[in-house]
Amino acid sequence: MKRAAAWAVLIVGLMYFIVPLIGMVEFSLSMRRGEYSLDAYDIVLGDPQFRRTFGFSVIMALLTIIVGMALVVPTAYWVQLKLPRLRPVIEFVTLLPLVIPAIVIVFGYIRLYNTSSILPLTGSIWGTNLLLVMGYMTLGLPYMYRAVDTGMRAIDITTLTEAARSLGAGWGTILWRLILPNVLVSVLSGAFVTFAIVIGEFTMAALLNRPAFGPYLQLMGANRAYEPFALATIAFLVTWACMGLIQLFTRFSRHTPK
Amino acid sequence: MTFLTLSNLEKSFGPTRVVKDFNLDVAAGEFISLLGPSGCGKTTVLRMVAGFEPADAGRIVIDGRDVAGLGPRQRDIGMVFQAYALFPNLTVAQNVGFGLKVKGTPASRIAARVEEMLTLIGLPEMGTRYPYQLSGGQQQRVALARALAPSPKVLLLDEPLSALDAKIRVSLRTQIREIQKQLGITTIFVTHDQEEALSLSDRIVVMNQGIAEQVGTPHEIYNAPRTGFVANFVGTLNTLEVEVLDPATGRIAVGDQQVTLGRPLPQGRITLGLRPEALRPDGAGEALTARVIGMDFLGSVFRLRVSMAGQVLAVDSFTTVGVSPPNIGDMVTLRLNTQAVLILEA
Repeated sequence: MKRAAAWAVLIVGLMYFIVPLIGMVEFSLSMRRGEYSLDAYDIVLGDPQFRRTFGFSVIMALLTIIVGMALVVPTAYWVQLKLPRLRPVIEFVTLLPLVIPAIVIVFGYIRLYNTSSILPLTGSIWGTNLLLVMGYMTLGLPYMYRAVDTGMRAIDITTLTEAARSLGAGWGTILWRLILPNVLVSVLSGAFVTFAIVIGEFTMAALLNRPAFGPYLQLMGANRAYEPFALATIAFLVTWACMGLIQLFTRFSRHTPK
Repeated sequence: MTFLTLSNLEKSFGPTRVVKDFNLDVAAGEFISLLGPSGCGKTTVLRMVAGFEPADAGRIVIDGRDVAGLGPRQRDIGMVFQAYALFPNLTVAQNVGFGLKVKGTPASRIAARVEEMLTLIGLPEMGTRYPYQLSGGQQQRVALARALAPSPKVLLLDEPLSALDAKIRVSLRTQIREIQKQLGITTIFVTHDQEEALSLSDRIVVMNQGIAEQVGTPHEIYNAPRTGFVANFVGTLNTLEVEVLDPATGRIAVGDQQVTLGRPLPQGRITLGLRPEALRPDGAGEALTARVIGMDFLGSVFRLRVSMAGQVLAVDSFTTVGVSPPNIGDMVTLRLNTQAVLILEA
């Protein structure tokens, strides 16, 4: 009886997730009347604006990951090594993006960095792109920090650092050659989640008026019938590809026991 | 010739003074053990020598150079940790060669040195393996090779055997001592295991509550402890309260039995310290009788627990094939080796 109930709950749960997905994919394939086709995908993939916006978002995501890693890895390392009492504070700060809406952050940016401010970043394309990267990094911070922090807790950072220092290694060598490779799987996990967030992000890109994939998705959704579903399916596949890559890297991490 | 000098070292963590006016001179090539219970300050002293903890006061001189103000990188020390601390992302060979690589040593010299070190620790074929592919004992040998590869002036061993099982521990400690002698490297070894300290060291520093209670050879520490703490901490020690009858000749009374120690003693009631082997069921010496109240068979020896004048003592005796140990409740005659009696306090 219990077993049957468990199966029932599982099936209902799976249906809750899968049925809308099936509906989305099915509709994206229904552009041609009476038969399934990839017409919607052809149109979307052939659209230069799709390629431009998707390419822009990919570049923004990669920059976000690089900047995020440069900020999070040394911070998590230093907190664990020297400032363990500050961990609750850092964790609280990294969780803030989950409770502060993106629209609040971006309005804060616009107010602080507008063209009449001391640092008029919104006055130039590169400045606005920089703001966008910072904003994306803030959105990815809870995931990136947690992933890296968990990875660091899994190894004995303190003793490894002391061993390296006793052998003559400097801080740069320790971080780059010892700590980063040992938390690489965690860093990549955080990086892929950040990638998935950035690819679909709408609010920041729209309000900073940057040609990202999120606003393009919204634009298509407002004006077309089938293409938005093809785009949603593509975005969904990108997210799942990221999750698959996390699993792959975890499995093939060569210096951990299988 | 003093090679390493620690003078007037002090260290506090908050209000707690963990190392108090610690002094030690170590000769070149000497193997020194810091022995003491948990929290006695021995690891803190080692970490101050390594440069991981700054000393609040005092000097640390290695080969004529005061290193107290230098970081671990500048001290030219090699350290082996209890938890191995091998770099998981590097192979055995890369681990061993790490110290040389960060110093900019040419690759050909690193390769030769790594091979030499791996041969020294008896793992010449393991260079391409990763740490997780090695046993605990092998990992600790690699850690030793890694610490020795850059030819440090001082080797620091922070309880390197504690995480290993008993059999490996004994074989590895022998190997560590052999390698240390072979290389002639000045070594400080931290342990709370008295057997390790007694078997490995040229000299032992027994520490208690941040101070060095006694510094001496293993023989001195065991046979001539200067304080009650040292006598109690190193080896098993029986305490026996006695009445001194004649201070000049050392005539004492244990209950209604009397023996002469043959040396001057203080007047009144005193406490004697007796190692289990100072009382024997056979051999020569002053005779005392006691009742057997328990026995532990330890293989080559058996340890009797006997009651003498209401006081319980441990007595060791070698196992002899064909000779049964006494039964519980038996009265036994024990021979006291008066030379081995320690006077703990008046």
